Amino acid sequence: MKKIFWIVTLLLFQATFVFAKLIQVGIKQSIKTITAAVKLSETGDTILVGFNTYHENNLIINKSIVILGLDYPILDGERKFENVSITADNVVFSGFKVINSGISSMTDFAGIKICNRRCVTITNNILTDCFFGIYSQQSTNCIIKDNRLVAHQLQEQQSGNGIHCWKSDSLQIIGNNVSGHRDGIYFEFVTNSLIWKNISTKNMRYGLHFMFSNSDTYTNNVFENNGAGVAVMFSNHVKMYHNYFRENWGDASYGILLKEISDSYIDGNTFERNTSGIFMEGASRIEMYKNTFKGNGWGLKIQASCMDIKLMNNNFTGNTFDVGTNGSLSLNLFDHNYWDKYDGYDLNKNGIGDIPYRPVSMYSMIVEKYPPAMMLFRSLITTLLDKSEKVMPSLTPENLKDNHPLMKPLKL
Amino acid sequence: MKKIVKYILLDILRNKIILAYTAILFVVTFSVFSLEDNSQKGMLTLLNLVLFIVPLVSIIFSTIYIYNSSEFIELLVSQPLRRKSIWLSLFIGISGALSLAFIIGAGVPLLIYNHSVTAFMMVANGILISVIFAAIAMVAAVSTRDKAKGIGWAILLWLYFSLVFDGLILFLLFQFSDYPLEKIMIFVSALNPIDLGRILILLKMDVSALMGYTGAVFKEFYGTQLGLIISFSVMLLWVIIPLLYSLRIFNRKDL
Repeated sequence: MKKIFWIVTLLLFQATFVFAKLIQVGIKQSIKTITAAVKLSETGDTILVGFNTYHENNLIINKSIVILGLDYPILDGERKFENVSITADNVVFSGFKVINSGISSMTDFAGIKICNRRCVTITNNILTDCFFGIYSQQSTNCIIKDNRLVAHQLQEQQSGNGIHCWKSDSLQIIGNNVSGHRDGIYFEFVTNSLIWKNISTKNMRYGLHFMFSNSDTYTNNVFENNGAGVAVMFSNHVKMYHNYFRENWGDASYGILLKEISDSYIDGNTFERNTSGIFMEGASRIEMYKNTFKGNGWGLKIQASCMDIKLMNNNFTGNTFDVGTNGSLSLNLFDHNYWDKYDGYDLNKNGIGDIPYRPVSMYSMIVEKYPPAMMLFRSLITTLLDKSEKVMPSLTPENLKDNHPLMKPLKL
Repeated sequence: MKKIVKYILLDILRNKIILAYTAILFVVTFSVFSLEDNSQKGMLTLLNLVLFIVPLVSIIFSTIYIYNSSEFIELLVSQPLRRKSIWLSLFIGISGALSLAFIIGAGVPLLIYNHSVTAFMMVANGILISVIFAAIAMVAAVSTRDKAKGIGWAILLWLYFSLVFDGLILFLLFQFSDYPLEKIMIFVSALNPIDLGRILILLKMDVSALMGYTGAVFKEFYGTQLGLIISFSVMLLWVIIPLLYSLRIFNRKDL
């Protein structure tokens, strides 16, 4: 007992020796620039920045400190510099308005860049008209939370990605709002990360762009009205839960584009008013439960290169074509889904239709093979062809059918 | 000429069939919009109405009307009137009555529920298709004296425009699938007023994004001011050519 008492007392005393300083920056303070404050600070200090417009050129944070902005002080990059570069571990950067970073085709200028570091927290900032917004490069365990990123460039080359993560691990990207960038959120070689509650709208290319990133989860995000929707490519063990994919209208626009994805879960998502809700190519071992496909052009486009896809308990309502495919072979399982176009019957009243439903229509096959046939969209002859094909399938894949279609939509 | 038009117009408007047609259009349009919670979906249902029912009613009603008024036409021919003005007033009377029926029956409720560009496009196309099929009916009716044969022709023509033509297109697409046919399809679509009308309306709806590359090519052409003018001129040609052809036959015909 005595021993413990002495240890505790010693520890308490020790703590007094390492008390961190609070450094204040502002117009009325003696220190006017953040660069000077960073120079004066030591590990563990806090820098409090009052409201002003700061022209720091390239602010480099190379110590483990906390930097807080009061009333969103402005960091202006004057369209020449990278506003903030974080080159130390355990930095907290919060409450700033970062504007006008440099634009270059040689260097990736960012509003806030984390270079090869761990445990950096970037919260509650506003980034306006930055080339790249928040850039994480070879970083681990970083938190990017509650930031708002807006850009107004009109050309893809003139704009970088909102939240750009490259070769990172265990990131948490939570509650950010990104719009007007090239890709809203960009992941390349990022593993074990979480993307949660973000809103990505009106970006020029993809709302979320995902490449070679394994074992990541994204849940409860909203991707709306982006140039080409969301792309998830060349990854495995990705989990997508309860996201909204909306209003991605356009010729090459998809709710999600899945390319070379395996061992993933797509559950509880809503796909509403997209040209194609999901476009799948070379995907395998994906389980899709309880998704809602509503008012899309194509609910699901599943190429013949996909296999072992499980689609169960999904709702398909008001889509022009429920499912499109390009081959006669189907190695996927469709079961217990609700299709609003199903016109079968249920004699024993168990809620499951007695005859299978074939979600691929003849006309969608024809269009897939001969795109100009789209000219006959909604004409009498295509309706008649669909009806006769339903009775005697010849062109549509024989085994692409739902053997237990539900009579009533699931409450999702 | 004015007098004849007025007489024919009043005669048709008193006709029970045209009143029933107007009433049915009215009821269907209203119910479509009140049943569907989504007015876009209602528009699609109406699209089918405009593309199938309107041409069918137009062509058959006009053909039968012309046959039934053959005695009246003979009477007019015996008067000091030019055949051209008799035939044209007959056409103006019929097509005017059909357009009026469409405007009151479908146009008014449509514009009440959905006053968008698409709705205007649909009304314009509905009127044009009514007039075009009245003109085609003139050809069917004037080419033979036999009423059954004439009505048969009218039905065949309707079938051709709404079904057979599209079947032929599909056949051509299958045969020439190795060639880029998108641009040619623009020209081909002009050969059928129903297809042309459908494409013009669909391009105004936002389902046009669905139509892929073909849709993009179509939009590039029909979406522009010039394309719109061209396509409406083509529609007008679809009125003028059958009308002039039927007039030529009528002028030389021994009644």
